[in-house]
Amino acid sequence: MIKIENLRKSFGRLDVLKGITEHIAPGEVVSVIGPSGSGKSTFLRCINLLEEPSGGAIYFQGIRINDPAVDINELRRKVGMVFQLFNLFPHKSVLENITVAPLRLKIMGPKEARDKAESLLESVGLRDKIDAYPAQLSGGQKQRVAIARALAMDPVVMLFDEPTSSLDPEMVKEVLDVMKSLATRGMTMIVVTHEMGFAREVSDRVFFMDDGVILENRPPGELFGHPGHPRTKEFLSKVL
Amino acid sequence: MIFDNIRRTLLEPLWDEGPNGIFLLFNGLRETVVITAVAIAFGIALGIVISLLRMSRNRLVSGLARAYTEIIRGTPLLVQLLIIYFVVFQAVDLNKTMAAVIAFGLNSGAYISEIIRAGIQAVSPGQMEAARSLGMPFGMAMKEIILPQAVKNILPALGNEFVVLLKETSIVGFIGGNDLMRAGNKIRSITYEATIPLFSTAIVYLVITFTLSQLLIKFERRLHTSD
Repeated sequence: MIKIENLRKSFGRLDVLKGITEHIAPGEVVSVIGPSGSGKSTFLRCINLLEEPSGGAIYFQGIRINDPAVDINELRRKVGMVFQLFNLFPHKSVLENITVAPLRLKIMGPKEARDKAESLLESVGLRDKIDAYPAQLSGGQKQRVAIARALAMDPVVMLFDEPTSSLDPEMVKEVLDVMKSLATRGMTMIVVTHEMGFAREVSDRVFFMDDGVILENRPPGELFGHPGHPRTKEFLSKVL
Repeated sequence: MIFDNIRRTLLEPLWDEGPNGIFLLFNGLRETVVITAVAIAFGIALGIVISLLRMSRNRLVSGLARAYTEIIRGTPLLVQLLIIYFVVFQAVDLNKTMAAVIAFGLNSGAYISEIIRAGIQAVSPGQMEAARSLGMPFGMAMKEIILPQAVKNILPALGNEFVVLLKETSIVGFIGGNDLMRAGNKIRSITYEATIPLFSTAIVYLVITFTLSQLLIKFERRLHTSD
C-alpha cells in the first residue's frame, strides 16, 4: 500500500533521513522505535507530506505522492494522523472537531456527519463528551477524540506520532486500547512510539531507526528477542 | 472664582453671538471620533493586506511589507501627518479631515498588521497541521481553524489600538483640524484661561477611553468563555 524508495529529508545542512526504502502492506501494523532525534517523526510526517521529502519517492496505492501534480488534500483525506500534542481545535466542540473536515469538504451532510461522529465516539468510549470542549477533557480523552476525528475521514492508513508521549501514565492505557482495537479491525497503522509493550504486542513489524536510517525491520518477537544490531541492543537495554 | 472660570470658559458665549465652550468641545469630540473611527476602519483593511503580504513566502513581497511597517513605526506620527497634508496632498485641495484620516489610517495600518500577524502566529502550528492532515486546503484551514482562534488574540489588541489612536489624533490641530484638543486649546487662547479648558479636554478624552477600555474588558471575558 505504501512504498518508500530511498527517502531523504534534510533541514538545511542537517540530514534527518538518509535513504529509507520500505514497503507497508494493507492491514499491517508497523511500530517505529528508536532514540529521539533518529528521524522517526520526520519519517512519519513525510508519508502525508507534512514534511516535503528532499529526495527519493513515496508511493501510496501505486501513485507517487511527492510529485507536484498530486492533489495533496486528496491524499491526506486517506491518511489519518494523530499527533503527540492532540492538536484538537480548542474553539470547537468535540462534535465539531470530528465533523468540521467532512462537512466543509462536502464529503458528508450534517446528518450523516453527526451519526458518524456519534458512532466513532461510541467506539472510543466518549459518547457522553460529544458537546464538551477540548479544554474540558483529560489528555487521554483528547487523544481518543483526536483518533475519532482522524477516523471520520475514513482513512485507509493511520499515522500515529508518539500518541501517548504527552499523557499522564494512567491515561496511556485507554489510548493504547483504542489503537489496539483499531489494529484488530484491520486498519493499516504506522505508529511512532516509545511504548515497547504496544510495539511488541500489537505490531506485525517493528522498525528500529537510528541516525536517519532503518537499522532493523523485523517482527517484534525477533527484534525484541534477538536484536541483530548492536545499536538496537543498546537502545533496548535502555528502554526495557 | 472657579465657578466664575467655568462659566466664562464653558457656558457663556466666547464672543458676541458666538458658541460657548461646551459647544466647541462637543464639535471637537465629534471630529475626533469621526477621524478615529474612519482611520481605524481604513487601518484594519490596510493591516489585513499588509499582514498577509508580510507572511508571504515571496521574500520581496514580505520585505516590502516589512519595510512599510518599519518606516511607519520608526518615524513620528506628527511628521507623517504633516507630510501627508503639506507634501503629498499639497496640490490637491483635500479637506483636513480626509488628510487626517489617510495619515492616521496609513499609520495604524502598520501597527494593526503587526497585531494581526502576531495573532495568527500565536496560534500553535499544530492547529494548521491537524487541519491540513484532515485534507483541508490551506485557505479553508485558515478560515475554519486558524482565524477564529487568531481573532481572540487580535481583538483585544485591536481595541487597544483604537484607544491609542483616539488619543493620538490630538495632533490634527497641526494641520488645522478642529478636533477635541484643538477646541480646548482654542477656548484657552480666547479666554486667556488655561486650567478649565485643558482639564475639560483631558476629562472628555478620559471618559471616552475609559468607557472603551471597560467595554473591551467585558468583551475579552466573553471571548474566553470557551477556554
